[in-house]
Amino acid sequence: MSEATEAGVRAEVRTWLEANWNPDYGLVEWRNKLIDSGWGVPSWPKAWFGRELPMALEMVVEEEMQQIGAVSVAKTGIRRLAAATLLGHGSDDQKRRYLRRSLTGEDTWCQLFSEPGSGSDLAGATTRAEFKGNRWVINGQKVWTTSAHHADWGLLLARTDWDKPKHQGLSYFVLDIRQPGVEVRPLRQMNGYASFNQVFFTDAEVPPENLVGEVGRGWAVATTTLMHERRGADGISRWGKSSDRPGRVYEEERAENATVMEPYKWYPQRAGRVDLVVERAKATGRISDPVVRQEIAKLLILSKTAEWTARRARAAQMQGRPPGPEGSLGKLVGSHVARAAARVHTLITGADAMLSGDGAPMDGLIAEILVSVPAGSIAGGTDEIQRNIISERVLGMPKEPRTDNDRPFRDVPKNLVV
Amino acid sequence: MQFSFTSEQEEFRSVLRRFLEEKSPPSTVRRLMETEAGWERESWRELNQQLGLTAVHIPEVYGGQGFGPVELCIVLEEMGRALLCAPYFASTVLAATAIMQAGTEAQKRALLPDIAAGETIATLAFTEPNGRWDADGTEVSAQRAGGAFRLDGVKSFVLDGCTADVIVVTARGDAGLSFFTVPGDAAGLTRRSLRVMDPTRKQARLEFRGVEAELLGEEGGGVEPFARTMTLAAVGLANEMVGGAEKLRQSALDYANLRVQFGRAIASFQSMKHKQADMLVDVELAKSAAYCAASAAAEGDAELPAIASLAKACAAEAYMQTAIHTIQIHGGIGFTWDNDTHLWFKRAKSSEVFLGDPTYHRELMMRTWGA
Repeated sequence: MSEATEAGVRAEVRTWLEANWNPDYGLVEWRNKLIDSGWGVPSWPKAWFGRELPMALEMVVEEEMQQIGAVSVAKTGIRRLAAATLLGHGSDDQKRRYLRRSLTGEDTWCQLFSEPGSGSDLAGATTRAEFKGNRWVINGQKVWTTSAHHADWGLLLARTDWDKPKHQGLSYFVLDIRQPGVEVRPLRQMNGYASFNQVFFTDAEVPPENLVGEVGRGWAVATTTLMHERRGADGISRWGKSSDRPGRVYEEERAENATVMEPYKWYPQRAGRVDLVVERAKATGRISDPVVRQEIAKLLILSKTAEWTARRARAAQMQGRPPGPEGSLGKLVGSHVARAAARVHTLITGADAMLSGDGAPMDGLIAEILVSVPAGSIAGGTDEIQRNIISERVLGMPKEPRTDNDRPFRDVPKNLVV
Repeated sequence: MQFSFTSEQEEFRSVLRRFLEEKSPPSTVRRLMETEAGWERESWRELNQQLGLTAVHIPEVYGGQGFGPVELCIVLEEMGRALLCAPYFASTVLAATAIMQAGTEAQKRALLPDIAAGETIATLAFTEPNGRWDADGTEVSAQRAGGAFRLDGVKSFVLDGCTADVIVVTARGDAGLSFFTVPGDAAGLTRRSLRVMDPTRKQARLEFRGVEAELLGEEGGGVEPFARTMTLAAVGLANEMVGGAEKLRQSALDYANLRVQFGRAIASFQSMKHKQADMLVDVELAKSAAYCAASAAAEGDAELPAIASLAKACAAEAYMQTAIHTIQIHGGIGFTWDNDTHLWFKRAKSSEVFLGDPTYHRELMMRTWGA
């Protein structure tokens, strides 16, 4: 195929959608059709359901799909990370087994990386995978696992060699969550929700064909997963927006979203709900206080400039330019916005900010903001780790001195208390 | 709004950056800032003859290049980066904009070509010793005297007020606020140079005693054009400020990589790395604000006044904060006269206040957004 042009792609996908899109399809049926056409994941390789289009043109395809109201392949939750990781590192057999069912939404995934003893330092994982007889046997504990209670599969990072330096002793597996050796327990958070889980492995089993990549090369695979996670970090608000239109495919998509999005329902509050601030200040009368006005203005400036910076990054990506520094700041800036918003909500709410639940302002929503915001600067890479990444990768400053990667992992100091 | 520059604009920026690095190195800034005028005719001419910068946003019918606010703001960002000593903000940004906003067609045709050519230096005298940035702060009086007007009162903080050939003045008469023009050497006009903190941008106090002035535009019709001029000037200054902030951020990073203490480059300390990351955030957010404001001005966006104030407040905070961090990162050497950081620090401080400080602009933003 010659160089694809925006106009060409737009015309081609539009013609295909006009001929094929029908909201009366079943969700899986429609997605299979979309996948077969190559328009489901147009930036993917041709051998695996794609058309090898550049990212900028994938966005054009998305625009056309939105235009006609067509439902896309399943992108919510960890599925997207699983599909991208297996596409990059999986064997052909793994790709055949998992990619299509992830894109149709038939399979649900969770990510088994973080442990009580390794948070920012993910490569310090101590969950062990030992090859015994004809299978891998898993023992240990994972934490912060969203959706583990309804997942089919887990992306597991586990230690296979304790005598190699930490990054070289890890391997990456696809683990069947629904087996006797896996226990999933909800983890209650300070805001009262239990969106995450603790996952305990007691002689859980993984067949050898579920090793992703090579033994001891699991960190490189995990890095791919994390890269896709970061890239999608600002995408949560766009996920799972179902259409309210009639039609079987929409109904089934709404049901899918209701399940997948359930753990994320407090995420807007975690981000600070800047959208409520001016209305709240007017409603409470605090809008006339010059100090409050200044604080609101500072927040709005932060929030607007954060949004514009993200749009600058997207515009550069659309033009195919190398990513500038503006693309690496979103996560950290998001924390700033959320914290500033919590402060301003408190300022506006006054004494009522001490209340929570049904009798509290907005039926407890304001209180929920105040006790949810602390998660944003920790989850998905703490602010401190983000600053390390920005200074080292964007600004080229020296890396942190390390004492943990030049010796066998068993000799590295570890947490005594977790 | 546009969230990226075209490749022509990027090319324009890189040509300009090379030109200004050559024409306005810190040694030249230091030489010019010690002079009374603060700038030189010869290098000013070069600026225009080689790159047409003094004409950039003036329409072609008035002898300009006919580009818009986005190109003007690229010029300002690069000038802010180079800390160029020139009456560009006074003449091309403030005065030319005021004439375009307030003047009659005949006045624009008469005044703008010489400003566009860089032959006439103009400035805008709008602030007074009371330090107010809004139209209501204007106390200089304009009285009809036959066919002309006579101005009485004092203007202050007038950029390049001692060297300007033409002064655009706001004054209040029976009909309300109006714009006027006065030649720099008019009888009854006393110009005194102010001792300013930022010596790279000279200011003057102008005393008017029955100075004969020509009405610019409509008598009593000054409020709207004044507001539009202030909005566009705020957009311009925001872009100039992000240029300076980016320059400081980079110089702080370069120094941290060079400076060794305790046997390590200080850039290897996490406290330095995190500070640099925070500085990058400040500067990039301010750039987004400044660029969006320029784009909003180019498109005549209805929200422009709010976005302009947002950008002015945001860029001022970011520039000042970056300057403070840059001195801190340099340590003792950063507090010396010989180190160049203070040149930008002082521009940051004076730009923070000029056209209204962040508190003022945040309030303006809230009001224009109906909050």
